[in-house]
Amino acid sequence: MARKIRVLVGKPGLDGHDRGAKVVAAALRDAGMEVIYTGLHQTCESIVEAAIQEDVDVIGLSILSGAHMTLFPKVLNLLKKRHASDIVVIGGGIIPQADMKKLEKKGVKKLFGPGTPTSEIITWIQEATVKKRSRPKRGTVKPTKKLRQKAAVKRRSGKKSARQKKKPKHKKK
Amino acid sequence: MKKDIWKEKTKTCNERDATFTTVSGIPVKVLYTPDDLSDFSYDHDLGYPGEFPFVRGVYTNMYRGRLWTMRQFSGFGTAKDTNKRYKYLLKHGQTGLSVAFDFPTLYGRDSDDPFSRGEVGKCGVAIDTLRDMEILFSGIPLDQISTSMTINPPAAMLLAMYIVVGEKQGVPSNILTGTIQNDMLKEYQAQKTWIYPPKQSMRIITDIMAYCSEHVPKWNTISISGYHIREAGSTALQELAFTLKNGFCYVEHGMKAGLSVDAFAPRLSFFFNSHLDFFEEVAKYRAARRIWARLMQDKYNAQNPRSYLLRFHTQTAGCTLTAQQPENNIMRTAYQALAAVLGGTQSLHTNSMDETYALPTENAVKIALRTQQLIAYETGVVNTIDPLGGSYFVEELTNELERGAYKYFERIDKLGGVIKAIEKGFFQKEISRSAYEYQRKLERKEKFQVGVNIFEEDEQPKIEILKIPRAVETAQIRQLKKIKRERNGRKVREALKELRRAAEGGENLMPKIIACVRVYATLGEMCGTLKEVFGEYHEPIIF
Repeated sequence: MARKIRVLVGKPGLDGHDRGAKVVAAALRDAGMEVIYTGLHQTCESIVEAAIQEDVDVIGLSILSGAHMTLFPKVLNLLKKRHASDIVVIGGGIIPQADMKKLEKKGVKKLFGPGTPTSEIITWIQEATVKKRSRPKRGTVKPTKKLRQKAAVKRRSGKKSARQKKKPKHKKK
Repeated sequence: MKKDIWKEKTKTCNERDATFTTVSGIPVKVLYTPDDLSDFSYDHDLGYPGEFPFVRGVYTNMYRGRLWTMRQFSGFGTAKDTNKRYKYLLKHGQTGLSVAFDFPTLYGRDSDDPFSRGEVGKCGVAIDTLRDMEILFSGIPLDQISTSMTINPPAAMLLAMYIVVGEKQGVPSNILTGTIQNDMLKEYQAQKTWIYPPKQSMRIITDIMAYCSEHVPKWNTISISGYHIREAGSTALQELAFTLKNGFCYVEHGMKAGLSVDAFAPRLSFFFNSHLDFFEEVAKYRAARRIWARLMQDKYNAQNPRSYLLRFHTQTAGCTLTAQQPENNIMRTAYQALAAVLGGTQSLHTNSMDETYALPTENAVKIALRTQQLIAYETGVVNTIDPLGGSYFVEELTNELERGAYKYFERIDKLGGVIKAIEKGFFQKEISRSAYEYQRKLERKEKFQVGVNIFEEDEQPKIEILKIPRAVETAQIRQLKKIKRERNGRKVREALKELRRAAEGGENLMPKIIACVRVYATLGEMCGTLKEVFGEYHEPIIF
């Protein structure tokens, strides 16, 4: 049986608004995912550390304090440093649309605004996890030059790339 | 019998396929009649405004004498930015101030603390030292305006700063009027800004109550808040029950600390939410007044009639605002504000339409203020007191909420009281369960939000957004550094040492905190000193 989807729901910074984070955590749990909720007032470092320790597929950050432009990029950078950029980072909160676009450019995969049904978040995570698990772990598996060239040729010829073909593996530890 | 005929007829009527419950899930009957109030006694259950048990209002002639205070919660950026917004609001007819602090301030951290990065001035104004408070209130005479400050773990420090700003303006502390939120119990339950563990927090609170009863007698020392409990997802009944139970817990602590109940209870005030369900909200305020009056008299033996008065501020429900079709929020807020007024509120904040995106723009906050002014000056609802009193439905709903609250009181007592129940996660579990349940009702379309799960539109709204520039943080840190350079370091160290000594012993902390404030000790230094003595709180994680 496939490993359950593992999601870390995190509250970085000083923001104490945890209603949304808890509702989402409960909904993901009821949808059969394994949910790790960090609790409040976490540093970005401790969130990234927990995500790696718990081997999660997705980090969901909830920020309603206005500090999103600082905290999201920080988590992304820390993941990169730890060679864990394969972990999908998503989020929600009080975030103006213009900032959402900027953050999505920086590598946040999806931001859910107020009023999003939890079912939409569940579906998104399920699909994203399938995609993620079908990719080699970035940072740990570096495709050789030869492989890259081969993939490029295949892509041009309209066939599936080596990357896409890789079977889901995701075994760590 | 006319009633039987009507009842027979209803059986032949088709009902719409809908859930007829309040937003909190209380079933609502198709009609209420005198039968629903069979053992109702006007004098005993309602009485007259300004008279026991105060269901119809705390003052004799209510809004005929004086309207509620129009008090918009506001703060962003530096003290200078917020001072400008205050002057704007006052110019447009606001009658009281309400300070929103940024997260570092709410947690007693300085702007240059690593934890503050990205948060300075973002969702409120940044205050590090007395200097910021001087700027915040410059040109605003503190003897002529009342100020509410939403501040909890560092409430003592911010009140101390306010007192010293008053002194500098030539206003003695005994004529200052205003409120500090200072309600730590609901922080552990719902709003989640804490520093110290509950026991130590209660000590600071009783110190404040004792100090103010002598030196700042017109100050509301605690604003016992249901607002955040509701925002965190509770039902109306939970908001009512938990808030009042917290209130009684403060009363018990004050009495245990040796204060006479009538010395501090008249300075306790309340703060409620006004949510979507119109009649449920009105009934909630009315039930709250009756429960408070009765228990203060019967259980806590208060003698001063002012101890029986449940005076409250109301804020419309932020959690009901939608990002979709944001202009609709103006209407939502208007209905919620009307419920607060018909429920007899003493002051009111109306939310702005753009708050699911950012802090409100000047224009949005002006519309919110105008909403209150419209209710006050156009609708006529202020002409008579408690106009919904005597409605079979509203009276029955008031009774039902009251009965429900007493049931919760029993459960909390069985757990060993409020603080024990916090430690066991009781409130936290109750609130998150209700929040989740409400979300599921929305997704099953048993409850509706226009623009979200009914009458949706695809188009993205185009609205103006307030931006807090990043430069605020660097400017604030620069200002803090400058003050640290210019102040007398030795005096600061001595004042902080005195504060620590008082914290280790049992002496009242307030005079020591005022001494620290005077020499420009930072908020972080003062809270940090207490943290070293009192320790830090860590929450049990529940979802």
